[in-house]
Amino acid sequence: MTYTAGIDVGSTYTKAVILSDDDKIVGRGLVKTGFKLNEAGERALAVALSRANVAQSDLTYIASTGYGRFQTSIRNVNVTDLTATARGSRFLYPNTLTILDVGGQTMKASRLDGAGKVKSFRLNDKCAAGTGAFLEKTARYMGFNTEEIGPLAATSKTIVPISGVCAVFAESEVINCLSQGSAPADIMQGAIASLVDRSVQLMKRVQMEPEFTLVGGILRFETMAKVAQEKLGMKVNVPQGDLVQYVAALGAALLAQHRLRRLNEQGAQAEGEKELA
Amino acid sequence: MAYGAGVDVGSTQTKAIILDENRQIVSRALIDTGANVVLAAENAYAEALRNLSLDEREVEYVVGTGYGRYKVTFGDTQITEISCHGRGAVHMFPGTRSVVDMGGQDTKAIRVSPTGEILDFCMNDKCAAGTGRFLGAAAAALEIPLGELGQVALQAEKAVKISTTCTVFAESEVVSWLGKGKKIEDILLGVHQSIVSRSLGLMRRVGIEPEVTFTGGVTKNIGVVTVLNEMIGFPVNVGPDSHYMGALGAALFAMDRIMAGRVPVDGEREKA
Repeated sequence: MTYTAGIDVGSTYTKAVILSDDDKIVGRGLVKTGFKLNEAGERALAVALSRANVAQSDLTYIASTGYGRFQTSIRNVNVTDLTATARGSRFLYPNTLTILDVGGQTMKASRLDGAGKVKSFRLNDKCAAGTGAFLEKTARYMGFNTEEIGPLAATSKTIVPISGVCAVFAESEVINCLSQGSAPADIMQGAIASLVDRSVQLMKRVQMEPEFTLVGGILRFETMAKVAQEKLGMKVNVPQGDLVQYVAALGAALLAQHRLRRLNEQGAQAEGEKELA
Repeated sequence: MAYGAGVDVGSTQTKAIILDENRQIVSRALIDTGANVVLAAENAYAEALRNLSLDEREVEYVVGTGYGRYKVTFGDTQITEISCHGRGAVHMFPGTRSVVDMGGQDTKAIRVSPTGEILDFCMNDKCAAGTGRFLGAAAAALEIPLGELGQVALQAEKAVKISTTCTVFAESEVVSWLGKGKKIEDILLGVHQSIVSRSLGLMRRVGIEPEVTFTGGVTKNIGVVTVLNEMIGFPVNVGPDSHYMGALGAALFAMDRIMAGRVPVDGEREKA
């Protein structure tokens, strides 16, 4: 059995996926990125390898992606996060035409063609109001940490509208809402709804078309997908459980495998030519 | 003696000023606004009265200003902070033609006439970049008290260019520069340059005309004052009371009303 790996070094978390050559995910690893990007990749890979019970020497090809992909020195190849996410999304949902990827510090919308190639994309990475950082800040202003966002929002009964103009200005807004007696759960859900509004705007700019696949760390907050579904008026694909966080890493591992096969074929061809000669 | 007061409820701090009929500042108070805006206004005003051992009834007119001006429940009227900063700046520095006000959550550029009327203004209303909060984020990330930030920045040898716009992302950028071995003072100078260049952008939109008077809480930061002087090319007016400028302007408007004899009788005041 041969294995390939995909490492996605994101702004907040670094994810690694080990893939067997029959397309099975055999191990996953997730670590906080911190600021030593190369180490983050190695640490995430080590976690994934130990979960998979695979030795690093059994990895035949490693692809890196994400914002720290160039710093990942153990890579054999690097791919952009858009390409990796497209590949991972198509693998999980073959009819995907529009992808929304919401991470800690970026939001990306991309539109694929029938063959799964990225046709167009739009990014927001300048303003925290359109990224997971907005939810983190909102939660923190109310005394909750990131992991509590999902469970908190899940108990919301009504949405308190949050303007979502600036993650810093949200602080006064949140404090005002709290002092007027709004429940933290409803404020949290309001922040999620405002993030969804921003996502829909971004998706409109890439001429969105179904099927929609929503990925990225922020989608592990289940109410985000629910609100998105309501706003879009149709069903969206969301990978199960924490797999939402690994779609780019998965895509990178798949691209690594593809690359390896091509190299092997070329190698075999060369061997064959040698024999003929 | 007639007294007039101005209470400026800002996003971060609340300021109160009491003037006597010679328009001299006779009392001032500054407190953190916190979550209860109504209480902040009351407390700041009460402190200013206490400092002067003055009874509330001796103050004939109170003007509320700042983002929380409608929460100054005891105020006789409300006037926007734009008008108040313009008025205060021209009073303190009569040559003022442009005002740059940098507060905790917003930055404004204002152009005023020689009499202190507002000719034009421009503000950041959508984004916290270029406001005091940007400095606050850097202070938190580097664990340096806000009050020492400017001093540290001025010890820099070579500024580190801060590339992020968003205050939230700047915090992680600052940490990542530290991780890459950059010196704290060099990073901080970059942070100061970043907020000054943002406010200069606003000022250019209304037109920079000397003299420029710098107001708001960020005037307390010597680093911003120095960088602002350098980038603008001439020294701006700053005084020890510059962060009270909004409250001062409000108090001046209050004195105008008193002098014009437009003091509400007690019954009217309660209705308002």
